[in-house]
Amino acid sequence: MRQPVKDIMVGDDYASKFGFSSPEEYYFRAPKKGLSHELVEMMSKMKKEPDWMREFRHKALDTFWAKPMPTWGNQEALGRIDFDDIYYYIKPIEQMGQTWDDVPEDIKHTFERLGIPEAERKFLSGVSAQYESETVYHSIRDEISKLGVIFLGMDSGLMEHEDIVRRFFGTLIPPTDNKFAALNSAVWSGGSFIYVPPGVHVDIPLQAYFRINAKNMGQFERTLIIADKGARVHYIEGCTAPVYSSSSLHSAVVELIALEDAYIRYTTIQNWSNNIYNLVTKRAIAYKNATVEWVDGNIGSMLTMKYPCVVLAGENARGEILSVAFGGTGQHQDAGAKVFHMAPRTSSTITSKSISKGGGRTTYRGWVKTTANAEDVRVSVKCDALILDPTSRSDTYPTMEIGNPKVRIEHEASVSKLSDDQLFYLMSRGLSENESRVLIVNGFIEQFVKELPMEYAVELNRLIELEMEGSVG
Amino acid sequence: MENKNISPLLEVRDLHVEVEGKEVIKGIDLALYGGAKLALMGPNGSGKSSLSMALMGHPGYKVKSGSIILDGNDITGLSPDKRAKVGLFLAMQNPVSVPGVSVANFLRAIMKAKRGEEVPIREFREMLVKAMGLLEMERSFANRYVNDGFSGGEKKKLELLQMVLLNPKVAVVDEIDSGLDVDALKIVADGVNRITGENNAFLLITHYRRILDYIRPDGVVVLMEGRIVASGGPELINQIDRQGYDWLSAKTA
Repeated sequence: MRQPVKDIMVGDDYASKFGFSSPEEYYFRAPKKGLSHELVEMMSKMKKEPDWMREFRHKALDTFWAKPMPTWGNQEALGRIDFDDIYYYIKPIEQMGQTWDDVPEDIKHTFERLGIPEAERKFLSGVSAQYESETVYHSIRDEISKLGVIFLGMDSGLMEHEDIVRRFFGTLIPPTDNKFAALNSAVWSGGSFIYVPPGVHVDIPLQAYFRINAKNMGQFERTLIIADKGARVHYIEGCTAPVYSSSSLHSAVVELIALEDAYIRYTTIQNWSNNIYNLVTKRAIAYKNATVEWVDGNIGSMLTMKYPCVVLAGENARGEILSVAFGGTGQHQDAGAKVFHMAPRTSSTITSKSISKGGGRTTYRGWVKTTANAEDVRVSVKCDALILDPTSRSDTYPTMEIGNPKVRIEHEASVSKLSDDQLFYLMSRGLSENESRVLIVNGFIEQFVKELPMEYAVELNRLIELEMEGSVG
Repeated sequence: MENKNISPLLEVRDLHVEVEGKEVIKGIDLALYGGAKLALMGPNGSGKSSLSMALMGHPGYKVKSGSIILDGNDITGLSPDKRAKVGLFLAMQNPVSVPGVSVANFLRAIMKAKRGEEVPIREFREMLVKAMGLLEMERSFANRYVNDGFSGGEKKKLELLQMVLLNPKVAVVDEIDSGLDVDALKIVADGVNRITGENNAFLLITHYRRILDYIRPDGVVVLMEGRIVASGGPELINQIDRQGYDWLSAKTA
C-alpha cells in the first residue's frame, strides 16, 4: 500500500498524487472557469484513468448539458447558479492563495468556540494541507487492511482496484439520474472508496477519517462503499466545524452497496459556509437481509438539496434514514429521504427533524414507493419541524406510492413553534433566554444526536449553541 | 444582621397586573419574612395564579404599577431568569414538557445556571440522589424527558425536586395539591416542611384546605377578584372550609 493517507489528501500534494511529470507547469497555468470536453480530457489524463472512466466522464458531460435543472427544490436559488463561473477541478493550495488572515473572523471564532486545536483549524480552513495527527489514521488503516478491508481515496481506489470500481461505480446513480449527478460524474475528484470483504466486521467506525476528510470534501467528491456478504461497516464523513470554501458549488455523489446480510451505516455531519450550494445525490441498495442506515445532519450552506435513498432490493432488507436540518438566516435546507421497497418483507424508517430560525427555511421532501411484489412491507415516516421565530418557514412534502395492499404504514408529521410558555418555564429556573432555546433545540434533535459517537455529539450540541447565538457564518 | 432579620424576603407593594389589557391583580400588598409559610387562598379565577405568574415575570402578565422586592432587590422589571437568580422560585401548576431533555440533564443545567459554573458530576449525583430520596422518587425518573408524558403527580414531584435542589429564598408553590393522592400529598408536604428554614419563605397557593393539614401555614390571605379580601391566622382556613368564600364576596362589592 502506498502512502495511504496522502492519497486522499487534496492540496499541495496534488501533483504527486495525480502523477504530474511537471507540476510547476501546472501551478503556473491560470485556472480556467467553465466546463468543456477538453477539461474533462485533461483531468482524466492527469489522473491516468482507464479509458472506460474517461469515456464515462465525457458521456456524463453531454448528459449534464442535456439535462434540465431539477423541477423541485428552490428554483429561484438554483436559477442563480452560473455554471460558467465555476472552477471544475481542484486547485493546488498555493493557487487558492489562502492564508490564516483570509479566513473570515466568524469562522475563526467558531473554531475557537468548538475547541478545535490550532493545527486543525488551519487545516480545516484550507490554510494548511497537512494535519499533524496523520499517523493516527495510518495505524487505523493498517489495522483494518489486515482484515482485507480496502479504504482509499476514490482516485486511488480506481487505480488500485479497477475491477471492483468498474463493477459498481455509477450503477446506483448513473449520470442520467439528475443534472448534478451528471456533473459530478463528469468532473468528480476525491471522496472515499471502501470495500469490506465477506463476513468482515469493521468494529471501529471509520471515524478517525472524519477530520482529515473535512478538507477533502471537495467540490465534486465521489464515494463508493461496498459491504460484501455479511460484512459490517460504519463510515463517518463531515465535520461540525464550518467548511470554508471559496467555491460556491458542491455536488457529491455517494453510492452504498450492501450485499446479502451486510450492514452499512453512513453518518454525515456537514456545516458548509453560507455561500455554498450543496446539491448531493446519495443512494444505497440493500440486498436480502441487509441493512443500510443514513444518519445525515445538515447545517449551513445557502441551499442544500439532499435526499438520501435506500433501495430495498431483497427480502427482509431494512433501510433507515435519520436526518436533521438546521436552516438559519439566508439558508434553505431542502432535505428528505427516499425509500423504494422492491421486495417482500422489507421495512423502512424515516425520521426527519428540521429547525428553522432567523428567516431560514427547511423543507422535508420524502418519497416512499412499494412495488407490486413487495408484500408485508412496513413503512414508518416521522417528520418534525421546529420553527423558532415567525420569520422562518418549514414545508413538508411527503409522497407515498403503494403498489401492494399488504403494507403497514405509519406516518406522523408535526410542526411546532417555540412557545412562550416553554421559554418562560426554563427561564423561571434561571436559564437565560438563549440557554433555554438551546436546551429546547438540543432536546428536539436528541434522537439524532444519540446516534453519533460521543465526541461528535458534544460538538454538534456546541455548534447548535453557536447557531442559536447567530454567531456562525 | 438585625436589619436583615426584620426586612421581608418578599415584599409586594400595591401591585397591579394586566393580562391582554384586562386588569387581573388590582392592588396587592404582601410581605413574607424568613421562615414564613403563607397560604394564599381564593376561589377559581380570583387571581391567585395570575399573581404567581406576575411574580415570576411571565411576559403575558404585565405589571402596570407597583413593585416586587425580593430580599431587598427590586425585581419588578427583571426577566424570569434574573428573578430566579436572585432567589425566587415558582412551582407551577401545570409545567410544560421539554421533549428530548432528560430530567438529569435539565437539573444539572439549572444548577449550573444558579451557581454560574458547572456542578461536578459526582457532587451533582449525590445531591440528586439525596433530593430524590427525600421525595421518594424512583432513580429511573432522572432518565425520563422533562414532564413528557408525566402524570399530574409526577409533574408536581419534579417541580418540588427542582425546588429542593435550587433552594430558593422564596418559593411560590401553585396548587401543589391538585392531582395528588393522599400518599403523594404527604410526601410532597413533608418535602416542603423539611426544606423550610429561617432563610426562606413559602407562598402556598391553593383553594382547598387539604394540603394545609400537612403543611401548616402560619398565615392566610384570601384573594377575590384580584384583591386581598381577608387575612389572618390559620383559623381562617377552618372558616373558609366551613363557609366557603361567599361570605367574603360582600367585601369586594
